[in-house]
Amino acid sequence: MKRKFLASPYIVWMMIFIVVPMLMIVYYAFTQDGSFSVENMVRAFGELPMTALWRSLYMAFISTVICIILGYPAAMCLCSKNLKRKSLILVLYMVPMWMNFLLRTYAWAVILERTGIINTFLASVGLPPQKLLYTDGAVILGMVYNFLPFMIMPIHSSLSKIDPMLIEAAEDLGANRARVFTRVTLPLSFPGIVSGITMVFMPAASTFAISQLMGNNTQQLFGEMVEQQFRTLYNYNYGSALSLVLLALMLLSMAIMRKFDKNGEGAALL
Amino acid sequence: MNKKIALVLVLVLVLPALLGLTACGSKKPVLHVYNWEDYIDPAVIDMFEEEYGVTVKYSAFTTNEDMFALLQSGATSYDVIFPSDYIIERMIAEDLIAEIDYSLLPNFEHIAPEFASGVGYDPEAKYSVPYMWGTVGILYNTTMVSEPITSWEVLWDPQYDDNILMLDSIRDSLGITLKYLGYSLNSRDAAELEEAKLALIDQKEYVLSYVVDQGKDKMVRGEAAMAVVWSGDAAYAMAQNPDLDYVIPEEGSNIWVDAMVIPANSENQELAHAFIDFMCRPDIAQMNAEYIGYSSPNATAVANMDSAISGDERFYPSPEVIANCEYFHDLGDDLDMYNEMWSEIKSGATGN
Amino acid sequence: MKKGFLQKLYLGILLIFFYAPILILVIYSFNESKIMGQWTGFTFKWYAELLRDDNVIQALYVTVGCAVIAALVSTVVGTAAAIGIHNMRPGPRNILVNITYLPLVNPDIVTGVSLMLLFIFLNMRLGFFTMLLAHITFNIPYVIFSVMPRLQQMNPHLYEAALDLGATPLQAIRRVVIPEIMPGVVSGLIMAFTMSLDDFVISRFTSVEAQNLAMLIYSRTRTGVDPTINALSAIMFVSVITLLLIANRKSLTADSKDHH
Repeated sequence: MKRKFLASPYIVWMMIFIVVPMLMIVYYAFTQDGSFSVENMVRAFGELPMTALWRSLYMAFISTVICIILGYPAAMCLCSKNLKRKSLILVLYMVPMWMNFLLRTYAWAVILERTGIINTFLASVGLPPQKLLYTDGAVILGMVYNFLPFMIMPIHSSLSKIDPMLIEAAEDLGANRARVFTRVTLPLSFPGIVSGITMVFMPAASTFAISQLMGNNTQQLFGEMVEQQFRTLYNYNYGSALSLVLLALMLLSMAIMRKFDKNGEGAALL
Repeated sequence: MNKKIALVLVLVLVLPALLGLTACGSKKPVLHVYNWEDYIDPAVIDMFEEEYGVTVKYSAFTTNEDMFALLQSGATSYDVIFPSDYIIERMIAEDLIAEIDYSLLPNFEHIAPEFASGVGYDPEAKYSVPYMWGTVGILYNTTMVSEPITSWEVLWDPQYDDNILMLDSIRDSLGITLKYLGYSLNSRDAAELEEAKLALIDQKEYVLSYVVDQGKDKMVRGEAAMAVVWSGDAAYAMAQNPDLDYVIPEEGSNIWVDAMVIPANSENQELAHAFIDFMCRPDIAQMNAEYIGYSSPNATAVANMDSAISGDERFYPSPEVIANCEYFHDLGDDLDMYNEMWSEIKSGATGN
Repeated sequence: MKKGFLQKLYLGILLIFFYAPILILVIYSFNESKIMGQWTGFTFKWYAELLRDDNVIQALYVTVGCAVIAALVSTVVGTAAAIGIHNMRPGPRNILVNITYLPLVNPDIVTGVSLMLLFIFLNMRLGFFTMLLAHITFNIPYVIFSVMPRLQQMNPHLYEAALDLGATPLQAIRRVVIPEIMPGVVSGLIMAFTMSLDDFVISRFTSVEAQNLAMLIYSRTRTGVDPTINALSAIMFVSVITLLLIANRKSLTADSKDHH
């Protein structure tokens, strides 16, 4: 028995459940009432979806940047030799994911509401109430909250793979801390950052539930548009065309990721 | 990651699942009911299961459109569904539901004549049996709103900047705006719709948020001065917070019915009829109405209720008020126009 | 030691950020009022209610059942696939690895929608089974990508050595390869289980008849979350944390020796 045949059940599975469904999206996107048409694709690149798309990308971009800024130091702390009980703390970072994200996001809404916990506290110390919920800031908070673990984990895993000898060697050669960081640690953890970005950016750009709970919903996000086509308006063709836009964006980001992660085969992901 | 942790966790979580699977092994006939979330008194289901010796599998949907999309896909098999009026119209048009056999519904006689004889969405009452009905109106907090509200106009009042909750629903939001402007809420006139669209874009700067049903909870907590809500949600919120009041604006509004239908592909039509008949039994209808807080179309049940409920004009409005309200009709292909408008409304700049 | 303190402080603040909403959920599971955010008094009634709420119990079974089966199936298929892919020539290997990336980086909504189109095309009833198929599909890549690095770290001659010593290929895999890659398999399993437990978007598109907790919660966040859901989350949270602490107490001593 050749070991490579162990992959055959998966290959069959993958064909049916990954490749064929993708082709179905393409098929639906380029047909209308069963015959070939570019109408839906043209519409998907129209002004309305593009406005929503830019807005989604903008929100996702800000969330991703915040996730890197918060997540990188966290991953470094988690790798620090000063830290005991590392595996426990790592697990503590994963446990929230075992509780439904919608519920946790809903709880944030309760915290941030006008009559919520923060504003009640502000009022009790005599400060005016702040509008925290129903803002873009709240939506971004929701995204950061939900996706930050997906930034910390891959960065942590790439940092923990760095041979401590390398850093010692750099220090022995006279590099100061900042230099060790910029010349050794940061470049070596780059694959982790890149997979973190892919794990955060695309989900943030396509979310629809978070914004419904945290935002004021006067502006649509791209994910909401897609969801609406499939679940409210049953326009599978136009919905597929919109999905294809997301798919194209994803392939683009995957191509970029591959460029940075040549040898990793996704190892940096976990 | 620790191997033992994983094993312990998986074992603990597998056990209840296995218990659940063994519990599902009974062979009683099964009735698949598809209804709105929390839209029936659970005790009623238990009673039905007991009396008929069957198992009821109850699933819930959040919007009519969700339900319809899935029914249309053909990938489901329910026996009784509880859709709203305009979507029933569409289901009839697409041959998705079966005709009701009234000989199997002795309790149908309790349904009030104005609902029993068929209304706009099902003119001959061939396909649906009314379950609950209500209106759309403004729920407001009397401590935050000084003058009495009579008109939809208050939703455009700058005084209530950031204090208005709107319904995140295409038909409802455009519908009440059309009513406010003096048009039919089933308008297909491009100019009228354009006017409504502009009005809603203008209104955005005063809107705190577009919400779905969570608006009622926000109103109870005093998050906003007013919200556009369904009457049943208003009744629920008012029971929780005595500062709240509900009004059907004088321009008229939407009146709606949620009715019971049997999908054409139901494999258990006889039992489905039995279930619908059970729902029409006055004591059962009363239990449901009291549990949900919506208005019942069951005349006998309403007559048996406390007059404080059945005499409340806000929830059992006078015939004149009802005459001023309209049912939604299915828009067919023009729904696309509504949807495009909705996207336009939601693509403009925020008012905040 | 000051540096260590700052690190702990930062990690602590982040943990507060992660756990604050969970704490809120737990607190409000003891709230008399049905409405979250409005404290009216202390009660245990939602815990009693929980046992009677068939929708919640059913959703719990669906969620856990689906997560367990999907995690187990995808671990078996994924581990085998990882071994297979690892032993392929670079050409086919790259193609497979790239396709395997798809469900990982694909927006959930696109995966969900594409599977929904497939199931409708195949005329399958959207329910527990289709949801399970979808979950297995998005879980397998997590397993593959957590097993592959272990395979790469493994001494490639171990397998041949086992064969030389008279083991059959199956024995060699079971006795030699599997133990070597076990940590990767386990973390893949946990990852798959976690993803499946928390999935909402893909389940929403691939199942109607069976509702998992996420779907139930979604419809309830729109109609007003009932504290029974809070009670359920509180129970799940406390049991997970307790288990972890018990399991970790033993491994804590070993932790200092652990130099992975």
